[in-house]
Amino acid sequence: MIVGDRKPIEEIKEMLAPYKKILLVGCGTCISVCMTGGEKEVGILASELRMISELEKKDWEISETTIQRQCEREYIEPLKEQFEKADVVMSMACGVGIQYMAEVFPEKIVLPAVNTTFYGTNVKEGEWQERCAGCGDCVLDKTLGICPVARCSKGLYNGPCGGTDNGKCEVNKDLDCAWYLIYNRMKEHGKLDMLDEIIPARSWKTSLHGGPRKRVREDAQK
Amino acid sequence: MSNNYEPKIIAFCCRYCAYTAADLAGSMRLEYPSNIRVVQLLCTGRIDVLHVLKAFEQGADAVYVAGCEPGDCHFLEGNYRAVKRIAYAKNLLKEIGLEPERLEFFHIGASEGPRFAEAAKEMTDRALKLGPNPLRKKQGE
Ligand code: SF4
Ligand code: SF4
Repeated sequence: MIVGDRKPIEEIKEMLAPYKKILLVGCGTCISVCMTGGEKEVGILASELRMISELEKKDWEISETTIQRQCEREYIEPLKEQFEKADVVMSMACGVGIQYMAEVFPEKIVLPAVNTTFYGTNVKEGEWQERCAGCGDCVLDKTLGICPVARCSKGLYNGPCGGTDNGKCEVNKDLDCAWYLIYNRMKEHGKLDMLDEIIPARSWKTSLHGGPRKRVREDAQK
Repeated sequence: MSNNYEPKIIAFCCRYCAYTAADLAGSMRLEYPSNIRVVQLLCTGRIDVLHVLKAFEQGADAVYVAGCEPGDCHFLEGNYRAVKRIAYAKNLLKEIGLEPERLEFFHIGASEGPRFAEAAKEMTDRALKLGPNPLRKKQGE
């Protein structure tokens, strides 16, 4: 899932300062599951903003709604009437949802309430960790399922570096060293010889270095 | 602050402990402030940050959640979860500009009538000291 954090309240207040009628829109998919921008978090932020408005005499009118997905047109379009009534829209989705709502309703400004951080998973209650960086050329076969791009602090394809320290990464002792994990995994599977294989330098064109990416399937097009 | 300020306090109480303690405080004829409105929960694990925020939004001067003693929750860990949620909600109150002391969690066992009365008094004292919730429109609302 895509994971994000709600922005600090001061930043949100500053963005909303010029407006009166504010529509807060949550997203019911990834950002809901990471407890950042679903129906409940929209309710909490709306309640906070109403109280701030009262205490700081801001005269805001907050309305709130949550849709299934902000990254798909069919879920966004039914919001037309609510968009029209609002001076501004604040989205609690990931960066994709925020942008796509603004694309579907270009006449409206859509502000971000969330800092989108990574693609990750919910490893235990209340903790999410990064797993993939969307590099566009997956090497998980060569590392037995542990991503060296997203999980090694230096993105090394042939690790570990000299900084690996009892399973922890030198960049931050709270982080597991990805290459320590990869080594152990290879050992468990009796495939330590895989470490001898040098993963060659790759082209990063498939990552963001080749410009924004798109995917086309002609058979699915009209 | 108006002179006839009477704090409005919401107490979310677990039925297995604090709510029973409130009954007991009554049977024991213990005096405690009469401005506590008790909301019964099946377990304090049911408490949601939004319940707390809504109470303040609607003008509560103080809010507290009262659950079982550590280790005594009928649903094993509902009270531990509530403690954490209340800590989280205190941070939200700070963000908004309300005093976090207006919110608290108490552990009150079913047999602790006097403890219930003490908690009610403590929250009333805090609400008196802090003055009315600035979001409260007018007395009696
Ligand atoms: S190698 Fe690339 S595509 Fe595969 S998990 Fe890592 S970042 Fe994602
Ligand atoms: S210590 Fe491990 S995870 Fe950290 S940079 Fe070196 S190889 Fe990567």
